[in-house]
Amino acid sequence: MKASELTVPCGNATHPAMIEQAGQGMMQRSGAGRAVCAVTMLALLGLGGCINVSAPDKPIVIELNINIRQEVIYRLAEDAANTIEENADIF
Amino acid sequence: MKTANQFTRKLALAGAIAALGLMAVAEPALAQRDPAYSAARAAGQIGEKMDGYLGVVGAETGDLRRIVNDINIKRRAVYAQKAQENNATLEEYALSAGCQLILKTEPGEKYQAPDGSWQTRTNAAPQRDSRCP
Repeated sequence: MKASELTVPCGNATHPAMIEQAGQGMMQRSGAGRAVCAVTMLALLGLGGCINVSAPDKPIVIELNINIRQEVIYRLAEDAANTIEENADIF
Repeated sequence: MKTANQFTRKLALAGAIAALGLMAVAEPALAQRDPAYSAARAAGQIGEKMDGYLGVVGAETGDLRRIVNDINIKRRAVYAQKAQENNATLEEYALSAGCQLILKTEPGEKYQAPDGSWQTRTNAAPQRDSRCP
């Protein structure tokens, strides 16, 4: 029972309704569901020895500036031009 | 005599209110650059950065830093409001404005090239970010 509870396929509960839903899921879980869970867990345990994930030796750097896309700049261009004209004292 | 005096006062008051109203309407058109900012800009001591804000070019003095900070704070407030209205981020809006501000610089003024270096604007088109329209 403990094992099946741990493998209920739900994300973290962020809302009271979700906690309720998760609770119902545990209560209603059938024998077949438990079997599927157990098989999945066994399969994962079996595979566990084969997968090697090594962390990169260099830090991962995400350049946030790249996330600003050209299409966004184009969309804002007209409004930005008006803003510059309307606030001539600070531009 | 008394009524005439009262009438004159009312007329003066109405005139004052009308003048105030006109000033309020005319204010945006009158808004111009602060003379110290204009001078520093023309002298190439203050330049337009790629990110939509001003920067001090060369030797930094207290006065230059104060002018730059003062305007950048005001710009940021405007960018933030406009970005929200346009469903964009502050950085996106500021960068979009920066593209145009660099294009609007006049020959002799300084601007920041995509490699981060300060350039003097000539009659030729400025070097801008590849994403600029």
